[in-house]
Amino acid sequence: MNLHNIGCVYRKELTEWLRDRRTLISTVLIPLLLFPLMMVGFSSLAVIMIGKAEKETPKIMVLGGEDSPVVLQKLRSVDNLEIVPTTDDWKKKISEKEIRAAVEIPKNFQASLEQNKPETVQIYFYEGEIKSSFGANRVEKFFKDYRESIVNNRLSARNIPGSILNPFEVKQKNVAPPEKVSGAALGGLLGYMVILLSMTGAMYPAIDLTAGEKERGTMETILSSPISRMDLVLGKFSLVLSASLSTAILSLISMGVSFALLGKSGAMSAKDASVMQLHIGLPTVLAVFLMALPLAVLFAAVLLTIALFAKSYKEAQSYLTPMTFIVVIPAVASLMPGVELTPKLALVPILNTSLVCKDIVAGTYHWNSIALIFLSTCVYAAAALFVAVKTFQRESVLFRS
Amino acid sequence: MIEARGLSKRFQDKKRGEIRAVDSVSFTCQPGRIYGLLGANGAGKTTTLRMLATILEPTGGTALVCGHDIVERPEKVRSCVGFLSTATALYPRLTAQELVEYFGRLNGLDEPTLKKRVEDIFNRLDMNGFRDRRCDKLSTGMKQKTSIARTLVHDPPVMIFDEPTLGLDVMTARTITAFIRECRDSGKTVIFSTHVMSEVEKLCDTIGIIHDGKLLTEGTLAELRAKYGEQDLEEVFVRVVGPYHSNSEA
Repeated sequence: MNLHNIGCVYRKELTEWLRDRRTLISTVLIPLLLFPLMMVGFSSLAVIMIGKAEKETPKIMVLGGEDSPVVLQKLRSVDNLEIVPTTDDWKKKISEKEIRAAVEIPKNFQASLEQNKPETVQIYFYEGEIKSSFGANRVEKFFKDYRESIVNNRLSARNIPGSILNPFEVKQKNVAPPEKVSGAALGGLLGYMVILLSMTGAMYPAIDLTAGEKERGTMETILSSPISRMDLVLGKFSLVLSASLSTAILSLISMGVSFALLGKSGAMSAKDASVMQLHIGLPTVLAVFLMALPLAVLFAAVLLTIALFAKSYKEAQSYLTPMTFIVVIPAVASLMPGVELTPKLALVPILNTSLVCKDIVAGTYHWNSIALIFLSTCVYAAAALFVAVKTFQRESVLFRS
Repeated sequence: MIEARGLSKRFQDKKRGEIRAVDSVSFTCQPGRIYGLLGANGAGKTTTLRMLATILEPTGGTALVCGHDIVERPEKVRSCVGFLSTATALYPRLTAQELVEYFGRLNGLDEPTLKKRVEDIFNRLDMNGFRDRRCDKLSTGMKQKTSIARTLVHDPPVMIFDEPTLGLDVMTARTITAFIRECRDSGKTVIFSTHVMSEVEKLCDTIGIIHDGKLLTEGTLAELRAKYGEQDLEEVFVRVVGPYHSNSEA
């Protein structure tokens, strides 16, 4: 192993990488812009849309109720509801968003109320349409308030206090420290993001440095130089690893900035924002990165090896795209409720790192598991790197035609 | 000097089974001379030269390049060889100077020596006008000059050219042939593969005719003309390869 030659290859690959618009976009620009755009952009948009929907006075159609003038009168007097004349095509009008909801008042509703007979008021709305839901909610609130006032009247007529319906309260109170709360909520997400981004960040450089080199015809050029194949693959591998880690780091910085902006923009509650900002500190992020490092080595080596089999950029892309699913599935599995770190799961690559990251962010350090996961992933990574070096020595792969 | 001794290369093909790309080829190339490997497409020229440049490993036999065994000391061999072919492309996102310097460093040149070598080569090949231009922005002629500079940067005593003029226009091809002559005149050992008869006639001191992986004959142009009773090299080639060609066709 010649460190001078590995360094030479690394510097050359880095120069080319930094000059490649395609790779820069996928490794630097997208991770930097994706989160602010997604989180701040979409959240702000959602806030605006919801605000707009809330301000709107929904048009409501009343079906029936001619024999219940008191209810009808009360309904008409609600400020933020517009009662429109009833037509037979009310369902169509809800679907076409001409009205937001319809409420069906049962026959003899008022009389039934006076006789203490139970009745059902039916509200029709378009599920999934936010303005329709808001309209239906306002109608529902009106009827609930009306029901409550009737109950209170009935109780007071019988001289019964209102508290009879509510003999005691039941409340839950959190005793976990705030960082544990945020860890449980965000821990899985942080590990998942680091893992996924380490993989996607490595993908394009891995293709460019292997199949891309074959396609451009530079593979034979470099193989005719005195550098050993091992030094060549280690130089390339170092660049792929750097790309993988820098993508993950940039994305996390971008994610942190996005959360901060989100807190300020008011799209996230002040409590949630302060929890995220205060309790995912630098040591936690560094610990997550340390755990993800051998996994990034594993990804870089595996992607480099697979991409080397391809003859062209396109072929390599088709080989590596399924890899995303292979990585996403265990990472997502770790986010499932109830999936906890066990000695067996500590040996499953990706899933183990994802689970331990969840624990670390939640402030729980099981040192035995951490050591087992770190070492086992190091072993997998070393094996993958060994395979990558061996693959670079196979003529049938390098000159596959 | 190059000394090939029973050099062989077999490939396994899923459809065609075992393929003997090169079959016990032996020859010697002397310093200050050009050895031309003449053969049709698929004759085994590229595989032979790739083995000499240690890009491929032989499955049988061996060769000595500058006294180093290609199987036992491939890295030593590569450091004394300059390899140029139409398949040896340039890194598109490096400038001409960066590319030449990169190969100089991989060949173990220290920075002062590298700087001096690069200056010498760029002046000699008249490359100063595009030294800072990226390789993907160079014309074909500029690319060829950059490739030549790459092969020369470590001043190798052995030059291997695999069909270096293939697909090039006349003017660019002339730059290459002039460069090959220069290499010979400066005392380097030169081996050169082609299927263009006129290039062989103009350049080669010794000619080896290869067909179906076997070296069928070799000698100077005069010796081959005398041996086969033909003045035209193409006729000599047909006389040598003809019987084997019809056998392989059958």
